[in-house]
Amino acid sequence: MQASRRKALGATGAAVLGAGLAPTIARSQTGPIKIGMSMPQTGGLGGGGQSALVGLRMWVDDVNAKGGLLGRKVEFTAYDDQSNPANTPGIYTKLLDVDKVDLLIAPYATVPTAPIMPLVKQRGKLLMGNFSFQVNHKVNHDMWFNNAPWNDADGWSDGFIAIGRAAGAKTIALLASDQEFSQNLANGARALLAKQGLQKVYDQNYPPSTTDFSSIVRSIRAAKPDLVFVASYPNDSVAIVRAAHEIGLGSQVKAFGGAMVGLQFTPIMTNLGSMLNGIINFNTYVPGMQLPGIEVFFKRYEVRAKEAKVDPLGYYLAPFNYATGQMLEQAITATKSIDDKVLADYLRKNEHKTLVGPVRFDAMGERANQRVITIQFRGVKDKDTEQFRQPGKQVIVHPTGDANGKPIVPYDAARKG
Amino acid sequence: MAFSLDLLFEAVLFGVLLGGFYAAVSLGLSVAFGLLDIPYVAHPAILVFGAYCTYLLGTAGIDPILAGLLLTPPFFLLGILLYRFYYETFERRGGAEAGVRGLAFFFGVVFIVEVGLILAFGVDQRGVQAPYIGSSLEIGEFRIPYRMLTAFGVALLLTVVLTLYLSRTFTGRAIKAVGQDEGALRLMGADPVRIKQIAFGIATGVNALAGAVLIIVGPVEPSLDRLYIGRTFCVVVLAGLGSMSGTLVAGLILGITESIVLMMLGASWAPAVSFGLLLLVLGIRPQGLFGR
Repeated sequence: MQASRRKALGATGAAVLGAGLAPTIARSQTGPIKIGMSMPQTGGLGGGGQSALVGLRMWVDDVNAKGGLLGRKVEFTAYDDQSNPANTPGIYTKLLDVDKVDLLIAPYATVPTAPIMPLVKQRGKLLMGNFSFQVNHKVNHDMWFNNAPWNDADGWSDGFIAIGRAAGAKTIALLASDQEFSQNLANGARALLAKQGLQKVYDQNYPPSTTDFSSIVRSIRAAKPDLVFVASYPNDSVAIVRAAHEIGLGSQVKAFGGAMVGLQFTPIMTNLGSMLNGIINFNTYVPGMQLPGIEVFFKRYEVRAKEAKVDPLGYYLAPFNYATGQMLEQAITATKSIDDKVLADYLRKNEHKTLVGPVRFDAMGERANQRVITIQFRGVKDKDTEQFRQPGKQVIVHPTGDANGKPIVPYDAARKG
Repeated sequence: MAFSLDLLFEAVLFGVLLGGFYAAVSLGLSVAFGLLDIPYVAHPAILVFGAYCTYLLGTAGIDPILAGLLLTPPFFLLGILLYRFYYETFERRGGAEAGVRGLAFFFGVVFIVEVGLILAFGVDQRGVQAPYIGSSLEIGEFRIPYRMLTAFGVALLLTVVLTLYLSRTFTGRAIKAVGQDEGALRLMGADPVRIKQIAFGIATGVNALAGAVLIIVGPVEPSLDRLYIGRTFCVVVLAGLGSMSGTLVAGLILGITESIVLMMLGASWAPAVSFGLLLLVLGIRPQGLFGR
């Protein structure tokens, strides 16, 4: 009797539980596909982050206009991490445990991304990277795919150093911000210098809170380097360019620039104006680069950017974030699944057709077909945003396949415009 | 890096200019926190607000320094209103938690200013252009950025004006007195709340000109205040609460130390050496360099 009562209770319990779960399971298969991320929307990286968000939201709107993915709408959530890496682990935990998102996209940049890598690996989640540099090198997560067109440090510094070597440079000064991204990059550049036979005459890391770089630039000038390679974040990049313009680097300097993040953002370029002339720096897209269909994207972006009060041109991040969506879309459509492992497998084994060209990944989830360009600013005028729409203000000087001009050296001659 | 006297001289010179800039952005806090004992953590946010107002006037072709001067009276009024609100809603009620509630109030102001600036201007950097930005005074091999000279000049001007005002005028002396003994001031027939209101107006008015200096030295973005909260409080505490000339000297000490470390020893050490110096001074003189 007691046993049959237990059975009845058990059956009732199972029925109640089943009734409770059934709609949940049904909903998770027919409700929207949830994609979540944090993005620097304020703080030092906020300008880039907001522009990147416009690109991603354009893809969400496009895919939903076509009826969604696997017949389900795409629901997109982006929290502001304030450019603060301390905020990102908490945000991604919330995305997974409270919002219960299906897919994750990383925040823009290395510094906010690095702290979430162990969490994402532990949870076995696919993570679409967002212009980070070497965040997966030590973590070795097999479901990481970076949307950036670079791979290793060589891809970033190769063009700059090759131009310097061709101009007869023998010595170099290295200046890097004391944070994850710049340090990874500077370490890569240091390794490359040894191979290239360049002698370091100045090698310093500066704290990200540095206000004025006059003293640092004066030290660099005293070291009389042939090349000045800088790995910096947006606010520092502006201060370094200004200080270099005011204090001078010395007439022997053949090239100045390298890996300065921020000089790709339109408001910063407009603000620095003619001070940019002569600088040789990395970039990902500039007018004149051949990418079919990208002009149409930028025309649509312009309208959205104006409404959102963000970077009016958006060359650096917006198309690559749209491409992130395109890669997810292709993987989901081809596999008819949103399972992280299935999608990761597809992303690893296939080439993806995107707005920024074909994309293939290596075993570490970085770009197998790198396409970082090195540009030189030329003839830039003050207070003019429109000039950056024209080819010629950022002349591509490396690599050969994309180049549309030759570098002007030394820096003193090039800075005259 | 090889040591040379020329480099050391330039390090000190750049340090003096940088120190002047630190003093310029700290003087308002020296009045509000140093003299009035108000936990004015919104000081750097108001500073950034001043910088944005300068930017706005700059788009109409007004020189940044002139814009800073034009903005001083409206910022003085803003300070009076801000203090009146703080007094009515927090200070007047007193109690053991008055200080903590005051902190909460000013943190609230910080968030409102930051979000307001984001909504109005977006998150991109904003800068101004003027003949003295991006160029330098050349004396032989030496090159001194005009924008840093401007910051130093404004710091010097503000220090002299505030020192004279606080020591030579009745209201100025009353402001100094209200920080020391409110009750005694009341017995002398002065209204401490009114005096504090004027002092807070001055602290905020000074921030308009300091905000102009901030955007002259470098572009601004809405959350830039976070970078300055530690540094401005450091200058005021190192100076000794309420000393205007002390604020200038403390700014110079921090600026020179930072510049020498950046140029001669290794850039990474600059914040550690600067804040280590603060701890050392406070260990020897807890009241600060010029505090009583």
